[in-house]
Parts: sequence; structure tokens; C-alpha cells
Amino acid sequence: MLKLSSLSKDFGALRVLDNLDLAIPTRGIFGLIGPNGAGKTTIFNLITGLLPPSSGSIEFLGERLNGLPPFMITRRGIARTFQNIRLFKDMTAEENVLVAMGDLSKYHTLKALLPGGYRDDENSQRKSARELLSRVGLSAKAHQPAAFLSYGEQRRLELARALATRPKLLLLDEPAAGMNAAEKQQLMEEIEKLEASGLSIVLIEHDMRFVMGICAEIAVLNFGRWIAQGSPTEIRAHPKVIEAYLGNNDTGDT
Amino acid sequence: MEWLDSFWSTYSTLVLSTGTNVLLALSIYITLACGLLSVANAGFMAIGAYSAALLTLHTGTPLTLALILGAIAAAMMALLIGVPTLRLSGVYLAMATLAFGEVVRILILNAEDLTGGALGLNGIPQLGGLLEVMISVTLALYIFLRLAHSQVGRSMTAISQDEIATELMGLNVRAYKLFCFVVGAALAGLAGALNAHFTFFISPNEYGFERAVEILAMGVIGGVSSPWGAVLGGSLITALPELLRGMGRYRPLINGAILIIIILYSPKGLWDGLRSVLRRTRG
Repeated sequence: MLKLSSLSKDFGALRVLDNLDLAIPTRGIFGLIGPNGAGKTTIFNLITGLLPPSSGSIEFLGERLNGLPPFMITRRGIARTFQNIRLFKDMTAEENVLVAMGDLSKYHTLKALLPGGYRDDENSQRKSARELLSRVGLSAKAHQPAAFLSYGEQRRLELARALATRPKLLLLDEPAAGMNAAEKQQLMEEIEKLEASGLSIVLIEHDMRFVMGICAEIAVLNFGRWIAQGSPTEIRAHPKVIEAYLGNNDTGDT
Repeated sequence: MEWLDSFWSTYSTLVLSTGTNVLLALSIYITLACGLLSVANAGFMAIGAYSAALLTLHTGTPLTLALILGAIAAAMMALLIGVPTLRLSGVYLAMATLAFGEVVRILILNAEDLTGGALGLNGIPQLGGLLEVMISVTLALYIFLRLAHSQVGRSMTAISQDEIATELMGLNVRAYKLFCFVVGAALAGLAGALNAHFTFFISPNEYGFERAVEILAMGVIGGVSSPWGAVLGGSLITALPELLRGMGRYRPLINGAILIIIILYSPKGLWDGLRSVLRRTRG
């Protein structure tokens, strides 16, 4: 579905991503893990067009994405959430979702000028927005400004907003950060449901129990390079992964 | 109806200026509402004023057509400078648009053969009347209110709050910004064209830095959460000096103090302040 080929990114003299290849399968939840600063979020920024790659290519459903502006990439079916939540804070939860549904409707500027001209579109939009909000358990908060929601609720609203763009591929950047155990459990179930409904999902997450519990496949990044890729069981036992997370244990029993 | 005649002969300029200032306030409202800090509107006003005045003065173009052409001239210029400058944001955009305003003023000053230079244009036909001003204000306000309550308005608010997130929701942020910039310019051009036809005389210095700041003040004092804020801001900035006429030489001082007090107590503008007061008294 998504294919990265010899993708590199330099920030000045610093190579943050080094010649990465990756193929994200159409089905299954894909996990992207690695220590802080490994370059995980940079990969998301390259895929969504926020940053141009220094070299290499990104293909989505057989089409090259390099050089497309971010909004075009979203329209092709890639949506994301952010590590540091980026909601429209002064707008209500419902409005946040409505913005993301925006250009997909048959809603035209000229039509909006006629009396009552957009009421039908507006109503059907609001109805789908409510459905998305209820899906993430935020029905009761539809008219609250996003800034008034709790941290966990804001994360769920970001998820609803990303879904409103009707993606085929969903990129989640630390979706469980700041959630309590019950909220995490709920989120896991929600993500599994999304996957079952035919969405591909890539997630970056530091909570290992979360990642291991939900992902079919995991790739591990360290200093801009893959150090391992495989099923949760393989990753858990992989010596390089253990080394990256726990440090090199060469003073031990040798 | 005698009192009406005497009222009109005394206050006609004030009423008409209120109308054009509301248009100017709306022109800055639409850029501020999508987070663009542009102060180019005095320059666009000049372009509209000179284009329309030269047309009626030399070619006898009917007023309505001259008004439309004045607005289009300003919009075309906005399209031209908008593509490169709207890459900038915040104070950098303010600097670039400020420079644009100065360029327009100095060009008019130096194109003496066409514009009369520093002496300005004299004897502009007095075609402008209440009707044109009222139609323009009503139409602009109607369109802006419709837009504000539609997906377009929501997208503009979203852009003003987080540009990157809006872009990643699949919205063409650059196109929205350019749209707002061009519409604002057209409106400022229209206001300039109208203004030129009831003031008889225009000169480049009317469209300088002071005017740019005055337009910005109308938008900020009124507030950008609704087009009604622009109506309030434009009216207040026009009426306040008149209401303070009795203050003699302290007038500018008190005028400024009132504006500062408004911004201190209602930082999101008069419209938001009024609404929250109303809500409190009702609730």
C-alpha cells in the first residue's frame, strides 16, 4: 500500500533518516518503534509532505507522493494525528471534525451564498460529524471548545478528525500518550475496529505493551536506520532491539 | 422632512464615510479572520480610488462601472503580489504589505502626468451617493455573513488557529489565504472608489501609513469573530472623533484612550465583548 524506497532525510549535515526501505501492507496494524530521536515522526512528516525528502521516493497505491503539497496527499487518502496534539482549540469538537470533512462534500462557495442553499449539505455534514464523534465517545462534548476537553478526549478528537478526511491509511503518532490504562484499552479496541473496517494503520508508540498487543508487524528504527522488523514475538527477542532500548550489555557475563 | 435635509447637508460626509469605513473594516476582517496580518488595504484603497476617479474624470465612465473596475484593479494587484507575499506570515507579512502600501503611494506621487502627483486629483465628479454606499455595505455584509457561517468560514478559523493541521485535513490553505487576500483587496478598492466620488479630491497622502493603521484598528477594535465586529469597528472609528468634538484640543488624546480601554477590557474586540455581556445579563 505504502512503499518507501531508499528514503533519506538530512537536516544540514545531520542525516536523520538513512536510506530507508519499507513496505506497509494493506491489512494489519503496523508498529513503528524506536528510542527517542530515532526519526519516527520525521518519517510521518515525509509521508504527509510536511518535509521534502532529501532523496528516495514515497509511493502510495502505486503513485509517487514526492513533491505533492500536504493537502493533496491527504486527499489521496492518508490522514494523521500528531504527537503534540494540534486541534483547533477555540473551535468546538464538532467544528473540528467538520473542518476536516470540508472539501470532500459537494459544498461550493457560491452555493453557500444563496439563502438556504447549503442547509442540506450542512445538515448531512453535521450528521456524519456526530457519528464520528460518537464513535470515539465524544457525543456529549460536541459543542465544547476543543481546549476544554481532557487530554485523552483531545487525543480521541484528533482521531475522529483524521477519520473525517476518509483516509485509506491512518498514521497515528503516539496515540496512547497520556492515557490511563482503561483509556488505552478502549483505544486499542477502537484501533482494531478501524483496522477491521478496512483501514491500514501505522502507529508510533512508546508503550510496548500497547504496541505488542495490537500490531501484526513492527519495524524498529534507531539513529535513522532499521535495526529490526518482524512480528511482536520476533521483535521482543531481537538482540539489536534489546541493545537499542537497554544499552550494550558487554560488561556482563563474557 | 426639513430636518432630514438639514441633517443630510451637515452629516452626509460623515454618513458616507461611515459606510466606506465599514467596507474597509470588512476588508481587513476577512484577512484577519484567516490569520493574515496584512496592512496592504490602504494601498488597495488607493488603487481603487485612482482607477475609478481617472475613469469617471477622463472617460465619463458611469459610476457603477467605475466602482466595479476600481475593485477589480485592486483585486488584480492583490492576485499579483499575493502569490509571493502570502508565503510569509505574522509580522513578516505585515512588513511586506506595509512596504507594498508605500510603493503604491510613492508611485502615485511620481506618476504626475496621470495622477497629478502630490497635488492629487481635483474635481472628481460627485456621483457617489447614499444608494451606492448602502448597496455595497449591505451586499458585502450579506456575503460575509453567509461565508462566516459556512464551511468557508470554518476553514478560515481553522487556518488562523493551526495552518499545518488545516493543510493536513486536506484543505488548500494557500488557496484560501489568496482568496481572502483578493476579496479583501477588492473591497478596499471599492471603498476607495466610492470615497473618491463623494470627496471631490484625492491625494496620495490619504493612503499612507496612517490610513493603513486606521484600517487595522477598525478590524481589531471591532473584533474578527464575526463580520458584525467590522461594522462596529468601522462605525466607531468614524464616529468617535465626531462625538468628541466638544473636547477641543484634547480630542485625539481621549479618542486614543477610549480605544486603548476597549482593547484592554475586550481584547477580542467590541463584538465579542458585547456578546459576552449580553449573554451574562440574559443568563
